[in-house]
Amino acid sequence: MEKTLYTLTVFSENSVGLLGQITIIFTRRGINIETLSVSPSAIKGIHKFTITIYSTLDVVTKVVQQIDKRVDILKAYFNTDDELIFQEIALYKIATDKLLAKGSIEDLIRKYHIRIMEMNENFVVFQKAGHYEETQQLFSELSETIGVLQFIRSGRVAITKSKVERLTDMLEGIQTKYGKK
Amino acid sequence: METKTKISGAEAFIRSLLHEGVDTIFGYPGGAIMPVFDALYDFDKHVNHILTRHEQGATHAAQGYARVSGKVGVCLVTSGPAATNAITGIGDAMMDSTPMVVITGQVGAALLGSDAFQEIDVVGITQPITKWAYQIRKAEDIAWAVARAFYIARSGRPGPVVLDFAKNAQFEKIDFDYKPCTFIRSYIPIPEVNTDQIVAAAALINQAKKPFALVGQGVILANAEQELKAFLEKGNIPAAWTLLGSSAMSTDFTLNKGFLGMHGNVGPNLKTNECDVLIAIGMRFDDRVTGDLSRYAKQAKIIHLDIDISEINKNVKVDAPVLGTAKETLAALTEKINTASHSDWIESFKEYEEREFEKVIQKEIHPTTAEITMGEVIRKVSEATNNEAILVTDVGQNQMMAARYFNYTKTRSMVTSGGLGTMGFGIPAAMGAKIGAPERTVCMFAGDGGFQMTIQELGTIMQEQIGVKMIILNNHFLGMVRQWQEMFFEERYSFTKMQNPDFIAIAKAYRIEGTEVSARENLDAAIADMLKDDKPYLLVVNVEMKGMVFPMIPTGASVSDILLG
Repeated sequence: MEKTLYTLTVFSENSVGLLGQITIIFTRRGINIETLSVSPSAIKGIHKFTITIYSTLDVVTKVVQQIDKRVDILKAYFNTDDELIFQEIALYKIATDKLLAKGSIEDLIRKYHIRIMEMNENFVVFQKAGHYEETQQLFSELSETIGVLQFIRSGRVAITKSKVERLTDMLEGIQTKYGKK
Repeated sequence: METKTKISGAEAFIRSLLHEGVDTIFGYPGGAIMPVFDALYDFDKHVNHILTRHEQGATHAAQGYARVSGKVGVCLVTSGPAATNAITGIGDAMMDSTPMVVITGQVGAALLGSDAFQEIDVVGITQPITKWAYQIRKAEDIAWAVARAFYIARSGRPGPVVLDFAKNAQFEKIDFDYKPCTFIRSYIPIPEVNTDQIVAAAALINQAKKPFALVGQGVILANAEQELKAFLEKGNIPAAWTLLGSSAMSTDFTLNKGFLGMHGNVGPNLKTNECDVLIAIGMRFDDRVTGDLSRYAKQAKIIHLDIDISEINKNVKVDAPVLGTAKETLAALTEKINTASHSDWIESFKEYEEREFEKVIQKEIHPTTAEITMGEVIRKVSEATNNEAILVTDVGQNQMMAARYFNYTKTRSMVTSGGLGTMGFGIPAAMGAKIGAPERTVCMFAGDGGFQMTIQELGTIMQEQIGVKMIILNNHFLGMVRQWQEMFFEERYSFTKMQNPDFIAIAKAYRIEGTEVSARENLDAAIADMLKDDKPYLLVVNVEMKGMVFPMIPTGASVSDILLG
């Protein structure tokens, strides 16, 4: 069956071992995590995981429900690319002498909207944000023309195209409905 | 029970358990849990601690206790090998939704991660097989963690929780103040009943000409037996049960049509593929129930009542999900459904009952051959208790035969390892069941294989004088595997033949009374002797060596392809 890239957004309490609890659920079904990004969310004390996997709709639905079921998980969602604004960031380290030997780099910088993070006599660090294909394209071009000393790409971060962070409403709802103070 | 002076973490821990109503603990002491056992010494009037002979036994005993009583089973063991020994029972409780709190000792927090003596990553190991696993590293966390553990274990769809208790936290002195846990913002144990779902499901039921209900353990866990009966009676809906749904309906209830699945009854399996509306209640469409999913109830509209949303559409696509506890949803549904008769449909089960009786049951419970069969022993024991006993089984042929031929008049009368299929479950689970329901007779059936997997628990039975009635159905084979070898592996009996010890002599060494029976004419007297008092007893029955459990739906076959022999 055709597999699609799904982006999972998981909100959790910030407790020890949470990542393990999530990855176990992928492991059981033999699913590879393509990208992973974890950070504190807009709500204090709550962490947000953004995970991408290739899967069928049927499997991703079940996996997200099984993640959501874990006690320390506040909410798990999944989306396809068309429902999201998403971004990755990549850093490229290049030998300064080879870069200078190439001559002008203005075209390169304009073409890829590159930011230069550091420049010294030994190396230059480029930064590029974009979708996977875009950061990959720059990597390919640099590899072929100048050579890349080091390359690193982050996991995806994503935001939905709907207005509010969905968790805020949900938390309020839970607190009023179930929370006995 | 607030204290004025500071107390040790170990004492705070015991006081926390008392707050949760714990009066029975199954455990085994060791280095990393010694402060807790030391504190327990002062609470012997409040807590009955049962010393098992192996930590696996402690976990299964806690399961048996929980399953018959509805209370949370509690295990207390040390770190390292004790924790790994407990894994089987924890996994079993997860699969079968049994409320249990397992406390493991752990090395002091300063040593964590250093490969200290008897250190093992208990939280890491148990996370995939628990509802919640938490490591208590400081004494201030104790009351909070225990409260949360019991709330999680018993609420919603129950399950096991592990508390890994670092030794330094057992020694530290704290002010103790206990507050029960009633709410966790990231955890909604019981989904709210949705009226639209009830209306949609009721509409399907009201249109049905051939409705059929599948009863799972969710009914028992929700204490919804009366609601189930009212629902089935109002709609005149025939029903069948899963292995863990056994005893939710009494055997003689007219709408009870029998046992589902691989070794279930013919009618319920065939009718699954004939009904027009299938109503699954607190069950999870296990592969042993459904057989080949692509040929399972395709003609029917499917209604699924469950407390766990992740079960909806997991194995079978559902037309009308109904979320909530079976107690609430069945009551709401009963209000909305019409009184109906479905008499032709109900009558149509009879033909299959008669066919199965003639081809299978008759031979099994009233054999004409010289050798004793498993089915006749089970039926005789059941009848000798007026069908009022609690049945505990091990795993394999003994389990399937017991599920088929034991009869029930009361709920919470069947304790078995369903999801995990743990051989060795029988003896310790029976101990726990007897302690959880001391006024009832507990009959445990095991094969000669499974009995020897936890045979050391005879020591616990001796020491505590736990009045369990143990019956070994001895065929000198690992019977279920042998059956598969006969049917699917050309009778190549690879390592299934067993040379057994003198079980009665072993029982005698543990000062447990027992009898061995090989001839049919001695069976009734032996059963009567076993049931004459409330003391532990071992009955060994040498049964036919190559008995088969039929009917059978082979793995991967459809429920319609059920074999009668």
